[in-house]
Amino acid sequence: MAGNNGFSVSGYGPERSSMASRVFARDSLVRRLDWPILFAAIALSVIGTALVYSATRNRTELVGDDQYAFLIKHIMNTGIGIALMAGTIWLGHRTLRTAVPILYGISVFLVLLVLTPLGATINGAHAWIVLGGGFSLQPSEFVKITIILGMAMLLAARVDAGDRDHPDHRTVLQALGLAAVPIVIVLLMPDLGSVMVMAMIVLGVLLASGASNRWVFGLLGTGAAGAIAVWQLGVLDDYQIARFAAFANPALDPAGVGYNTNQARIAIGSGGLTGTGLFKGSQTTGQFVPEQQTDFVFTVAGEELGFAGAGLILLLLGVFLWRACRIARETTELYGTIVAAGIIAWFAFQSFENIGMTLGIMPVAGLPLPFVSYGGSSMFAVWVAVGLLQSIKVQRPMSA
Amino acid sequence: MTNIPETGRTPRVQIRLIVIQILVLSLLLTLGGRLWYLQIRNGEEYAEEASGNHVQQVVDPAVRGSILDARGVPIADNETRLVVSASRTDLMKMKDDGKAALAKLADVLGMTAKEVSDKVRLCDSKTPQPCWNGSPYQPIPITDEASPKQALQIRERAEDFPGITAEPTAVRRYAAPGKSNTAQVLGYLSPVTDEEIKKAENTDSPFLRSDQVGRSGLERTYDAQLRGKAGVTRYEVDNLGRVIGKAKDDPAQPGANVVTSIDARVQALSEYWLNDAMKKARQEFDKNTNENYKADAGAVVVMENKTGRIVSMASNPTYDPNAWVGGISGKDYTQLTGKKSNYPLLNRAIQGQAAPGSIFKVIPTTAAVNAGYDFNGSYPCPSSYSIGGQVFKNFESQGHGSITLGQALEVSCDTVFYKLSHDQWAKDGGNKPKKDAKDWFYKTAHQFGLGKETGIDLPNEVTGRVPDRQWKKDYWKANKDGWCKQGKKGGDYVEKIAYENCLEGMKMRAGDSVNYSIGQGDTLVTPIQMATIYSAIANGGTLYNPTVGKAIVSADGKQVQEIKPKSHGKLPMDEKTRADIDGALADVATKGTAAWRFGGWPQDKIPMHAKTGTAEVHGKQTTSWFATYTKDYSIVMTISQGGTGSGASGPAVRKIYDGIYGLDEDGKQNLKKALLPEPQKNLPKIEKDGSIDSPKIKPYKPEAPKPAEQPQELAGAPANWRRD
Repeated sequence: MAGNNGFSVSGYGPERSSMASRVFARDSLVRRLDWPILFAAIALSVIGTALVYSATRNRTELVGDDQYAFLIKHIMNTGIGIALMAGTIWLGHRTLRTAVPILYGISVFLVLLVLTPLGATINGAHAWIVLGGGFSLQPSEFVKITIILGMAMLLAARVDAGDRDHPDHRTVLQALGLAAVPIVIVLLMPDLGSVMVMAMIVLGVLLASGASNRWVFGLLGTGAAGAIAVWQLGVLDDYQIARFAAFANPALDPAGVGYNTNQARIAIGSGGLTGTGLFKGSQTTGQFVPEQQTDFVFTVAGEELGFAGAGLILLLLGVFLWRACRIARETTELYGTIVAAGIIAWFAFQSFENIGMTLGIMPVAGLPLPFVSYGGSSMFAVWVAVGLLQSIKVQRPMSA
Repeated sequence: MTNIPETGRTPRVQIRLIVIQILVLSLLLTLGGRLWYLQIRNGEEYAEEASGNHVQQVVDPAVRGSILDARGVPIADNETRLVVSASRTDLMKMKDDGKAALAKLADVLGMTAKEVSDKVRLCDSKTPQPCWNGSPYQPIPITDEASPKQALQIRERAEDFPGITAEPTAVRRYAAPGKSNTAQVLGYLSPVTDEEIKKAENTDSPFLRSDQVGRSGLERTYDAQLRGKAGVTRYEVDNLGRVIGKAKDDPAQPGANVVTSIDARVQALSEYWLNDAMKKARQEFDKNTNENYKADAGAVVVMENKTGRIVSMASNPTYDPNAWVGGISGKDYTQLTGKKSNYPLLNRAIQGQAAPGSIFKVIPTTAAVNAGYDFNGSYPCPSSYSIGGQVFKNFESQGHGSITLGQALEVSCDTVFYKLSHDQWAKDGGNKPKKDAKDWFYKTAHQFGLGKETGIDLPNEVTGRVPDRQWKKDYWKANKDGWCKQGKKGGDYVEKIAYENCLEGMKMRAGDSVNYSIGQGDTLVTPIQMATIYSAIANGGTLYNPTVGKAIVSADGKQVQEIKPKSHGKLPMDEKTRADIDGALADVATKGTAAWRFGGWPQDKIPMHAKTGTAEVHGKQTTSWFATYTKDYSIVMTISQGGTGSGASGPAVRKIYDGIYGLDEDGKQNLKKALLPEPQKNLPKIEKDGSIDSPKIKPYKPEAPKPAEQPQELAGAPANWRRD
C-alpha cells in the first residue's frame, strides 16, 4: 500500500520532500491521474457521508444507542474503497486483464452462493451473503466489474492484437455468454435492479467494442423480449410487480406500495431552492422515507440541501461521466475503451435509475447511488471502477 | 488498417462513444429538469404536504362555560363523569365486529347486550333511536354513569375490551338548584352535525367532531360564547406517529360563563306555584263545558321593569333537561316530542300564544285616549251592546252605569270598549273603509309591540297576531278556498261561519272590531309580550327587549361583557295617560277584579297593579291571564284551559310576590325572608381559578297554608268578583 500515500489528496504538504517531488514530477503518475474524476468522486463521497449521517442519526432501530454507527461504517467503507482504488491503479487494468478469468470465476461463485441457504433477503431482494458481525456482501456489485472486464478481454483481444478492426460474431457470442451466466443467476435471486444495470453494461460494452450494429439492435430486441418473458413467466415477485404498478399510477395505494415514491417526492419537493438545512428536514427527521440511507439517499439531499445541493450531486455525476467519456475516447487500446464504456453505462444508468425513482420518473428498484448511498459492496465496487478509469487514463504499462 | 486513427479505434467506435456521451448527458439533464420541476416549480405544494405529513393534531376540547343565575348559582355547569365509550373503528376490525367485546362490556355495565349494541349502531333512515348519529370515527359513548369499579374493571382488563375506553369526562349538568328546573330557558345540547361542521369550517370558532351544540334556549343563543375554543397541540411526529417535537400549541380557551338575570329561588317559586295553580284548576268545575278545567299548559314570567331582565320564566308541562345529557334515549325522545307528549320542550312563555282577553284592555284604553276620548270622560257601561241585532254581552251581563275609562279597566267593563271600537270602526268607513282609515285600535296594538317578537335572547320566539285589515285580507286569501267549499247557508254553526267567511272574510266587520277591542277573537299574544307591555307601563313607557343573559364573564372572571338592556320602542302615550292607567290598574288590585286576590296586601308600601283576563277560545275552555306589576317587577301568568284570570292564576302570582318581598299571608313583610326585594344589581364574582362565589340555596318548600283560608279560596269568588 505504499502507493496509497502518494495518491491521496493529503499529499499536498507544506514542505516538499524528495518523495513529494518525485510524486509531482512532470510525468509522474500523480500528475497524470484524472483529477476531475477523483475530485468528483471524493466530493460525492463527502456529501454522501453527511446525507447518510442525517438519514440514520435518528433511526434508533438501525443505529441503536450510537447515532454515529452508520456514519463511522460509511467512512470506513469509503476509506476501504479509496484503498481499493489505489490498489487497482497500482496493479493497473492491464495486469488485471490476466487475472480476469479468476476474478470472474470468484464473482460467479459468490452470486451462486446467494442462491444457497447462505443467501439472505434484505428489503425484499434476495441478493446478500451475511458474513456475520454486522457485515454482509452483495456479490452482484462485483459481478458488474467482472462482466465488464471479462467481456472487454474477449472483445478486445483480437482487435488490440491488430487482427481485426472489430470483434467477430463468435467473439461477441462468447462475450454475451460470459455475461449471461451471472445475469441469469442474479435474475433468479431476483435482483431486478442489478439485472437492468448489467444489461445496460452489456449494451455499453457492445457499443464500444465496435461490434456490428446487428448485435446492438439484436440485443435491444432481446432485452425487450426478455422483459416481456420475465413478466409473463412470473419470475418477478409480487413486490416487484407492485412497484411497477405504483410507478404507473402513483396514487395507487399511497399507504402501501406507492408510499415510498410518494414520500420521496414530498421530501424532495419540499426542499425548494436551498433546502431545509442539513439535519433539519422534517421528512428525513421523521423517517417518512424508507431506506433513506441507501436507495433513497437522494431524498435527503433534495429535502435538506434543496435544488442547490441535489443539483450539485447531478453536476458532480456529470463531471465524473464526462471525464470518463473522455478517457474512453482518448485511450489507445480498445480494451481500455470498452472497460471505460462499461463503467460509464453502469454509473450512468444506475444513477439515473436511482435518482429517477426518487423523482418519480423511474419505477422503484433497489439500486444504490454511486459514492453517496450507504453500503460496503457498492462502495468498494465503484471505487474499484474509479481505479480502473484512472489506470486507463495513466496508461500504465504492465507492472511487473 | 489505414483508417485506424492514432487512438487505435475505428470511426464506428468513436461515433458510438460520442453517442454514449450525448445519451449520458441527456439522462442527467432529464434528472435536472425533473428536479427543477419538483423543487422549484411545485416546491411550495410539496412543502405543504410535508408539513401535513409530520404534524399531528391533538385536540383538547374546551370546557363549556356555566350558566349562572343572577347571584352566581350555577343552573347549568359540568360534572366529571366516567364515560365508557367504544371505538367503532376498533370494533369493526374484529372478526365478529366486536360482538363478543360488547357483550362482555354489557355484562360489566349491567346492561343487556342489545342495549349496548343498539347504542353503537349508526343511524340511518331505517334505524330507529337509539343509534349513533355522530361520526363513525369518533368514540361512541355507551354510558356516562359508569361507577369507578366498572371503569377499573374495563381498564385493568384492557385486552378483554379492545376499543373500549373508560375516561373521566366533563359532562353537562343541569343542577336544578333549589328545585328550579328552568328547562325550556336553558335548552339543551346535542352532537354537532356534519352540515354544521362544514358551515363553521372557516369561521373563527370551527366545530370539532366531538362538539356538542346548543339546540334551544340559552344553550343555543349563547352557544358561541359558552363553547370556548378547543385547544389544539400540533406535534411533529415521525412515520410511526412517534412524537419528535412540538410544533404549535394553542391552549384550550374554556368557554365563558353566562350570567343570567334568573334568580334560581324565584324560578323555583314560580315553577312551584304555576304547577300548583294548574293542579288546583284541574279540581275546579267548568260550568260551560260541564267538566273540570283541563289546565293543559301554562307559563309565568317575572320581569324587571326597569331593564326588561327576566327574573324567572316557567313553562308547564316541563321536563328534566338532564335527559339530553350523554345522548337522549329513544323512550325519552318520544316522551318529549311525541303526539301524546303535550310538547314539554316548548317554552310557553315565548312560544305559547293565545287571545289575551281583558289584560288587553290597556291597549284599547290608550287607543281611545289617542283617538281623542277623555280618559276621565263618562262612558256608559250597559250589560250588553248590540250591533245590527247581534248582542255582545258584558261578562255575567252586569251593568255599571256611566263610568270613566279607568273604571272600565277596574271593573273590566266590555261594553265601554265595544262602543268605542264600534264608533271608530264606523268613523273609518265601516264596511266600506276609507282609504285613510285611522284604525286607532289596531295601530295602537302595533305600537305596543304586538304582532312581532319582543326580541328576547331566546330562540324561536313567536310573534302573536294583531288581526288588522291587512291580516284579514291575507288570511282570507289563504283560507277562502276551504271556507267556500265547506260553507253552507243555513247549515250548522261551523258551516254558517265558513259561509260568512267565504263571502266577506276579507272585510273588517263591526263584530270583528268589537271582539277585538276586548282581546278576543283572532288576537294572539305571548306571555312575554304582555310582560313587556305591563313593565313598560310600570317603568314610564319603555318597551324593553326582554333579556335572560345579563353578562358574559370569561372563565377566569377577568373579562366581563355586560348585556345592556335594549328597547324596541316607547308606549304611545303621554305621561298623564300612563299615570291614569297606572292608577286604574292599582284600583284593579285594591277594589277591582283582582282585589279578592290581594286581601291584606301592603299597598302603601308595595303598590300593586293588576289586570285580569279570561279569554274565550272556540271549542276550548277559557284561558286564564293575570298581568301584574309593582315598582320593580312585572309578573304575567297564563293557564290554557284554566278558567278565569284571577281565579286560576291569582293565588299563584300573589305567592310569587309574597316570596320575592318576604310577605306572609297577612301582608306583613319580613325582609329576612324576602328573596329579592330589589332587583339583583351586582354581578356574581368569578375568581381567577374559575370558581364562583355563589350562595347555597335550599330547595323551595312552600309554607303550609293556614287551614282556615284554604277552603274559602276554593269555595268560589267573593261578591266583587265579576269579570276578568
